[in-house]
Amino acid sequence: MSTGATKPEQLVAEAPVLSVSGLTTSFMLDERRWIPVVRNVSFDLAPRETVAIVGESGSGKSVTALSIMRLIPKEIGRVEGRVTLAGRDLLTLPEASMKDIRGNDVAMIFQEPMTSLNPVLTIGFQIAEALIQHRGLSRAAAEAETIRLLDRVRIPAARSRFHEHPHRFSGGMRQRVMIAMALACRPKLLIADEPTTALDVTIQAQILELLKELQQEEGMSILFITHDMGVVAEIADRTVVMYGGQAVETDATARIFATPSHPYTRALLAAVPRLGSMDGCARPMRFPIVDKVTGSSDEPAETPDTVSTAERPLLEVAGLTTRFPIRSGLFGKVSGRVHAVENVSFTLRAGETLALVGESGCGKSTTGRSILKLTEPDSGTVLIDGQDVLAMNGRTLRDVRKHMQIIFQDPFASLNPRMSVGTAIAAPLLANGLASASQARDKVADLLVRVGLAADMAARFPHEFSGGQRQRICIARALALGPKLIVADEAVSALDVSVKAQVVNLMLDLQAGMGLAYLFISHDIAVVERMSHRVAVMYLGEIVEIGPRASVFGNPQHPYTKKLMVAVPVPDPSRRGTRRDVSNDEIRSPVRAPDYQPPVRQYREVSPGHVVQVWGEEWSG
Amino acid sequence: MATAALSTVQLAPGQAAWRRFRRHRLALAGGVIILVLVLGSAFGPYLLPFDDTYIDIMKRFAPPLSGAHILGTDELGRDVLARLMMGARVSLSIGFVAMMIAMAVGIVVGAFAGFYGGLIGAILMRLVDAVLCFPTIFLLLALAALTEPGLVTTTVLIAATAWMAVARVVEAQVRSLREREFAVAALAFGSSNLRIMFRELVPNAIAPIVVAATLNVAKAILLESYVSYLGYGIQPPAASWGNMLNNAQIYLTNAPWLAIAPGLAITLAVTSFNFLGDGLRDALDPRMNIP
Repeated sequence: MSTGATKPEQLVAEAPVLSVSGLTTSFMLDERRWIPVVRNVSFDLAPRETVAIVGESGSGKSVTALSIMRLIPKEIGRVEGRVTLAGRDLLTLPEASMKDIRGNDVAMIFQEPMTSLNPVLTIGFQIAEALIQHRGLSRAAAEAETIRLLDRVRIPAARSRFHEHPHRFSGGMRQRVMIAMALACRPKLLIADEPTTALDVTIQAQILELLKELQQEEGMSILFITHDMGVVAEIADRTVVMYGGQAVETDATARIFATPSHPYTRALLAAVPRLGSMDGCARPMRFPIVDKVTGSSDEPAETPDTVSTAERPLLEVAGLTTRFPIRSGLFGKVSGRVHAVENVSFTLRAGETLALVGESGCGKSTTGRSILKLTEPDSGTVLIDGQDVLAMNGRTLRDVRKHMQIIFQDPFASLNPRMSVGTAIAAPLLANGLASASQARDKVADLLVRVGLAADMAARFPHEFSGGQRQRICIARALALGPKLIVADEAVSALDVSVKAQVVNLMLDLQAGMGLAYLFISHDIAVVERMSHRVAVMYLGEIVEIGPRASVFGNPQHPYTKKLMVAVPVPDPSRRGTRRDVSNDEIRSPVRAPDYQPPVRQYREVSPGHVVQVWGEEWSG
Repeated sequence: MATAALSTVQLAPGQAAWRRFRRHRLALAGGVIILVLVLGSAFGPYLLPFDDTYIDIMKRFAPPLSGAHILGTDELGRDVLARLMMGARVSLSIGFVAMMIAMAVGIVVGAFAGFYGGLIGAILMRLVDAVLCFPTIFLLLALAALTEPGLVTTTVLIAATAWMAVARVVEAQVRSLREREFAVAALAFGSSNLRIMFRELVPNAIAPIVVAATLNVAKAILLESYVSYLGYGIQPPAASWGNMLNNAQIYLTNAPWLAIAPGLAITLAVTSFNFLGDGLRDALDPRMNIP
């Protein structure tokens, strides 16, 4: 499976499958102005080669793919240049022949497979339909071929899942179905637009592995669009780096990673967290910030020691359990329970960052919300400064919440679109009666400056800001009440890499300056390694391993921790293919029968503070 | 992705809404007509030489455009245009005030039902359903028969039959908005429930509320004319479009203008408000993109 650095050179000799030259796509802004979104992009794609287009949001990478497929509506967009697929210029073909090419010669898969599948038709029917239409097979032959395809994309029990509807499939399995559909017509070229972005790391690793295997078997070329340098290193032979609508650097992937020439590429690579880069370093570390124009970089320093040791921990959580009943039938009888959080205990000191890591559905977000009593837990205790949060209600609960604030993943959703950001940041002060209107205004100006924005931005509305700026606004609002603890629920996950690095740096600076404690909830293990003092790994609602970050990542004990770490894509093409052992398991569900009794768990101390759950038979083999 | 790339130059929500509204010709026309009606009823009576209750028995049933009477006179020789303008004051203010009351009640009921849900929500919404089950016009007439007819009672009665639709719209909006992260964030930073309901949630439901409001004005004007036509609403000699119609029916064959003038006024006002409502619904819906 290894693809050495010599492969691209051999391939270039063959005639390219896809050749793009001088591609420029403009959108019509209003009546007469055309704004170029993609400018003069050129690259070739050889047979059996994978080219990645990598860039941050708004860099024009998706528009490039849509332009190649001529999927930009004529009324709003104009595509110029040459796109040659196996000798034919796609941009001058009549629409009828273009329809023929889409699906037959070129197939596409997207980020969110559910939107591409018809929810009321069975999976098997939808694939068979594509086969009948594009390859003219009979119904019986198409169904046989469908089952073969579902087998090819490693869907377990393909024959029995043929008649199931899309909602019965998990995200990863749906993406496999989309790949099966794309393969149905044996395309020469597969365009994959962020196909793994919405998936968990272990599932992402499976899909990448599958794509590589299928490429070998089918001999197709892949144009892979992504924002994730780790994924690029994992899959691409050659890479096109896009920035502001232009291809700033095009080269073999290995060379781009080893000797990036363009300043932007250097800035992007510097901002990519690398799992394992923090060995021998106990405290969190800032990201280096590379200037996108000059390419000069600052030297990141280890943060000062912020963790208080003497006193009692700021936050003590013991036996926290949150379950959600699933009701069904006419009288709403409880037919099952989601065991979202199951007997979770940990402590957090002032000035410390504890990361909760795990995959979707593992209960890490519910844990965060339960601590603030935004979700009502079933049992357990949460003490902040020795006060029991879960015993409080009404007035006292509102008072204690001043000490703990929460930041969410999507900063746009967590800001009221009809409130100016100044009003939004002042809202906590006014709601608690802590400041007069003029005091609040001064405080807002102060907070905006503190999170790296300008004081005069207070009058603007959330939609006028970029994603990173919005998250800074959310941080400013969380800081308004002077909290001691901030629960950051995937706070940097939705941000572009370089912005992510800046927001992480801001959070570290604020911790150093104000002695904040963070409960940092994330699925992104590489970022967690960079910014946390301690780590707790969650699986199906339980903490399976907890301890100092260096100890947990340096010496992982629990099989799940190991599995999670193996799945993280490494932004280093030279290490590709050396450590792959990916199973096709799905993430298991935390839904249990109403009478389910969770087993009593045993824990073992590996080293001081590093505790691991003793695991049972389900993890052997 | 294409739309995301386009949205780099973003319009403020208000600007975008105005653009969408401008494209809606009928709504624009409706808005202009309403403006004319409001201004006409406010200032028109001062420009006429006749008072609306001035009786000139010598000039009974003067047809339109006869002498100084532009729309003619009625059975007592009163100027129809003057009465139409004074009637517009009554009809339009009943429409607006009834809408305000219905909005206030509907928003409060809807916000509480949507925010608290559970038992409180169920009780409030079943109350809404129950009131909604009565046939409006019979409910109105039954209530009108029990009370002293007049401007205030008519307004309150009309509002009492119109708030339910608003409550339902607001309840649905608030129920979905309260799950949004900004509402959770407001809860986390210590906002009281009332503050979350009326500072955070209701302003975000403003689009459907405004639409319901305009449609409610049209409905209220229509209801007022029903009730006055049937003799339970505004009492003569005060003019309203409804009681002018009531008066006119006896003389329909020899003085048709007495019916046509208020009839046209009602039709014009109601359709204008409906068009305006349609236009606002499209303009305030951010999912409607400018093609």
